Amino acid sequence: MSIHKLSLCDLQKKFTAGEVSAVEIVRAYALRIGQVESKVRAYVNQAQDSAFTQADALDQQLKQWRKTKPLMGMPFAIKDNICTEGVPTTCSSRMLQQFVPPYDATVIAKLREESYLLLGKTNLDEFAMGSSTENSAFGPSRNPWDLHRVPGGSSGGSAAAVAADECVAALGSDTGGSIRQPAAFCGVVGLKPTYGRVSRYGLVAFASSLDQIGPITKDVRDAACVLGVIAGHDPLDSTSADVPVPDYMKALAKKDLKKLRVGVPKEFFTEGLDPEVDHAVKAAIEELKTLGAELKDIQLPRTDAAVAVYYVLATAEASSNLARFDGVKFGLRAKETKDLLDLYMKTRQEGFGLEVKRRIMLGTYVLSAGYYDAYYGKAQAVRTLICQDFDAAFKEVDLIVTPATPTPAFKLGEKSEDPLQMYLSDIFTISVNLAGLPAIAVPCGFSKSGLPIGLQLIGRPFEEDTILRAAHAYEQATEWHLKKPVIR
Amino acid sequence: MQVTKGDVEKVASLARLHVTESEKDAFAKQLSQILTHVEQLNRYETAGVEPTTTVMGQVNVFRDDVVRPPLPVEKALANAPEREGDGFGVPKILEER
Repeated sequence: MSIHKLSLCDLQKKFTAGEVSAVEIVRAYALRIGQVESKVRAYVNQAQDSAFTQADALDQQLKQWRKTKPLMGMPFAIKDNICTEGVPTTCSSRMLQQFVPPYDATVIAKLREESYLLLGKTNLDEFAMGSSTENSAFGPSRNPWDLHRVPGGSSGGSAAAVAADECVAALGSDTGGSIRQPAAFCGVVGLKPTYGRVSRYGLVAFASSLDQIGPITKDVRDAACVLGVIAGHDPLDSTSADVPVPDYMKALAKKDLKKLRVGVPKEFFTEGLDPEVDHAVKAAIEELKTLGAELKDIQLPRTDAAVAVYYVLATAEASSNLARFDGVKFGLRAKETKDLLDLYMKTRQEGFGLEVKRRIMLGTYVLSAGYYDAYYGKAQAVRTLICQDFDAAFKEVDLIVTPATPTPAFKLGEKSEDPLQMYLSDIFTISVNLAGLPAIAVPCGFSKSGLPIGLQLIGRPFEEDTILRAAHAYEQATEWHLKKPVIR
Repeated sequence: MQVTKGDVEKVASLARLHVTESEKDAFAKQLSQILTHVEQLNRYETAGVEPTTTVMGQVNVFRDDVVRPPLPVEKALANAPEREGDGFGVPKILEER
């Protein structure tokens, strides 16, 4: 099989056995990127030259030493809101078009420690605000399964790069579904870890109480492998949790799901759910039962409040976080301004795109005097109720299964004029962020027109091992993850 | 909630955003629509419910008060839009009398 088609774990095996060198790996991916990138447009910035240099150095080193680390020589794509020292990090915004971070995010430092290879930085909705990559200042990425459709977002470039075999694995970030929704749209695996499981240091902040970095990969084993490297406490992120990191690869060993109690929330199977998605997800749930899981109907009664809560809290936090982009210390500065206030106003006018401005406006509004209690306070209280729904459900079940998205990938331009409709496309992923839970999206079928459909498994806090194990057992029993798009 | 053009101007000034005339109209309409959707939250009784600010229950996290290596000046200034000596160049803030 061609190198670019291999999963991370399979490529790793070949590399460890000396069957393929690091330079050969980068060459294979450079060739693949050359073939499809002009159509997919997953990358904002490529780093092939430095990848070749690093790969060559690694091959020289390995003549003396043995390969020991799991991600050594593995070619990654990184969402362009994760800081990489010396490599531009733009957040797909004009505001940061020239920004070169002076330090690495903690997740990048951990990957570097493994001697991973950086192929490039991937496209996103500007500052991770969006569900389609159409809000990128550099133009949208395309869905490898249908180039007229969106790859999802905001980590759309990362999901498209994995689906198109333009990298072996990628990192994304997930604030309201930004890893899982694009993974579902592109037919790959996307894992959002528990809030606090992975350090956010060096992730450009959008909504700090919701943001979390996670892997986007070709299969569940690869997700377990990458999570094992990036997870763990970090003194540089005071919200990162000091909880031991289990061996996620070991958790996959158990192949059946006997005694696992799986909850099916009826609120996720209502009007608005595409019939083909409904069908595929219900078939997947039956498969979990065949594997030994005990199914149980559960209720998450406040599910329909999640989008409203999210768009108050996330925009409020964003309006505060994005105040730092003022043209003073880094990023864009507007020219010919008459005083400091004018410099702020014009810099932010020129630097931010429409959706980012809209969210800053909404967030500022809900925090402003007279509206704080009615909107922000109310949303925080309903967030508590949503958390209570999950707490109650997890007393009865060990994991919860839902569709990842209400529909397969939509067409470019289909929702870009109607912000509320775009927001509602995240309806199945958002409540997980509000409750800080881990969740994974895995391929579970295709629509008649050949678009991937995603299944979402949600676990208790810090029980990534349980959702990975269930997702892996499902994946072993099916072949959806082995299908590859024909890019044309 | 009906958001007026005047509301948009006030919020834009709080957010230090210059918005164009056409953006003002669009934002007034879109924010009204989104906030109307948000008002469905009033269906939920929340009297006596504690607000959630963060999910993992962390409180203040302290570290030892020891000096750590800082970001070197040259690195910190590498992204400066304007540099003055070893500092960031900014427009004058105080007016001359």
